[in-house]
Amino acid sequence: MSARSTFEKARRNALGIVGIVLASAAIVAAIAAPLVAPHDPLHADFAQSLKPPGTAGHPWGTDQLGRDLFSRVVYGARIALFIGFCTVLLTAVVGGLLGLLAGYFGGWPGTAVMRLADVQLSFPFILLALTINAIVGLGLRNIIISLAAAGWVVYARVVRGEVLSVKQREYVHAAAALGLGRGRILFRHVLPNVLPSIIIVASLQFSQFIVAEAAISFLGFGVQPPTPAWGSMLSESRDFLYVAWWLAAFPGAALALTALGINLVGDWLRDLLDPKFRA
Amino acid sequence: MRAYFLSRLAQTLLVVFLSLTAVFFLARLGGDPVLLFLPMDIQAKDINEFRERLGFNDPLPVQYGRFMAGAVRGDFGESLRYKQDALGLVLERLPATLKLGGSALLLTFLLAIPVGVISAMRRGSVWDFVGMGGAVLGQAIPGFWLGLMLIYLFSVQLGWLPTGGTGGVVHYVMPVLVLASFYAARIARLTRSAMLDVLGEDFILTARAKGLAELVVVAKHTLRNAAIPIVTLAGLETGQLLGGAVITETIFAWPGVGRLTVQALLNRDFPLVLAAVFVISLTYTLTNLAVDLLYGWIDPRTRRA
Repeated sequence: MSARSTFEKARRNALGIVGIVLASAAIVAAIAAPLVAPHDPLHADFAQSLKPPGTAGHPWGTDQLGRDLFSRVVYGARIALFIGFCTVLLTAVVGGLLGLLAGYFGGWPGTAVMRLADVQLSFPFILLALTINAIVGLGLRNIIISLAAAGWVVYARVVRGEVLSVKQREYVHAAAALGLGRGRILFRHVLPNVLPSIIIVASLQFSQFIVAEAAISFLGFGVQPPTPAWGSMLSESRDFLYVAWWLAAFPGAALALTALGINLVGDWLRDLLDPKFRA
Repeated sequence: MRAYFLSRLAQTLLVVFLSLTAVFFLARLGGDPVLLFLPMDIQAKDINEFRERLGFNDPLPVQYGRFMAGAVRGDFGESLRYKQDALGLVLERLPATLKLGGSALLLTFLLAIPVGVISAMRRGSVWDFVGMGGAVLGQAIPGFWLGLMLIYLFSVQLGWLPTGGTGGVVHYVMPVLVLASFYAARIARLTRSAMLDVLGEDFILTARAKGLAELVVVAKHTLRNAAIPIVTLAGLETGQLLGGAVITETIFAWPGVGRLTVQALLNRDFPLVLAAVFVISLTYTLTNLAVDLLYGWIDPRTRRA
């Protein structure tokens, strides 16, 4: 049995390393996009349109307007990670805070927030984000707002549940007995103890948000062309599937590998921080 | 049990009511649908007349009251684009979505449960590695990209399968595969971990010590006890299948509720959007209710609660 668990541990660590490598590649591409990309992602050159991968100067080929596909995918990483990061931050802060308050103070405001969460959870996430996005409008800022409005509930739920159990612990009672203010107890004693859960949920949500953004942009909402977002690139690629497979293959592979990398890092983090979450 | 059922049913109706309310007000805040549906050269007087006729000039609470009064009777008004009863249009498309979702659910279980069980029983083996590797990949690959790649391979290159639409069994292959892939991956992983948890229990040791056949140990003692987390996730996922259907239906031109919803949103056809929200949230919450009732059957301990 122990040999097997050692094997299991090694396997988990190996997968964690693969995840870190993939995620780092995406992060490097996003941060250093102007250095990595050989061309301007928006520069059209009709003489060079729909060149296959391997064409001189265009390692992954070009699209219908002759724009360099590799450069567009690299800049796409920037957009995907920016949206993912902003959304995770926004949902973690808003959802976490609401969960913290609802769990600690309870009362009717807490109940109202949790009821709202129940209603939101009774609607498929992607459809909710899509509907909100169709109403608030297109563009980078609005897609972040839409995803956050649909995604905060998970944090609120998890954090509230954790707070309910943490606030019964003796150290919290002790802090109250010492005469500490409620705000101080909440942020100095309760929050640090629910932080691991917030981090775990964040790591799980990150790739979900990136894929959801791509899906929404793919459906014609969200980030609009010519901005090089992976989802809208895939959407445009549908018209050229018969003549230019590379337009669908590379942006999609970039999206899948980024999501895979983040998922693997998330799984690894989850094992590290909290064995009871293991799945 | 009866009181529980009734309270859950009331909860379901409340959820449907609140989602309709939320979407109604969001939609009204989002802009004027009327302007998008009239020709460019129309006179201001005619716009007003059109608004008056559709009731867009009344105060918002009055509009809301009228909308809810209609919704209770199943009347969501006419689709702005198709000039037909909005709910009728959605219900017409529902069977196509249910057929797609049902087939995907079936495939999910046929794939995920055996893979999860084998991975758990042969932990650390090649089967475990292949099964879980596939599950991790399946979870990361976005459905719409998988769909595009399948179309490229099987329709464009090989010419074996149609790119979309409905007709025969061949039309089901790719959409069902795409819709099932993500859910199968999650359920396979969960089945494996739930099986591993139960396999460590004392009663499994007892069952083995009694000399029961391995198949009985696995099927009767382990899988049945591992079923609760699996059913919970499967229930949640069944609802999410509706979300996945939106994307899958769009890629494969499947004439279902999902594709209709996307088109209604793109056209700002609000009566149609609201009717779709109604049908989707009702389907979703009823599915979750069914899953809750299923618990009682799987785990008799929860029956009294």
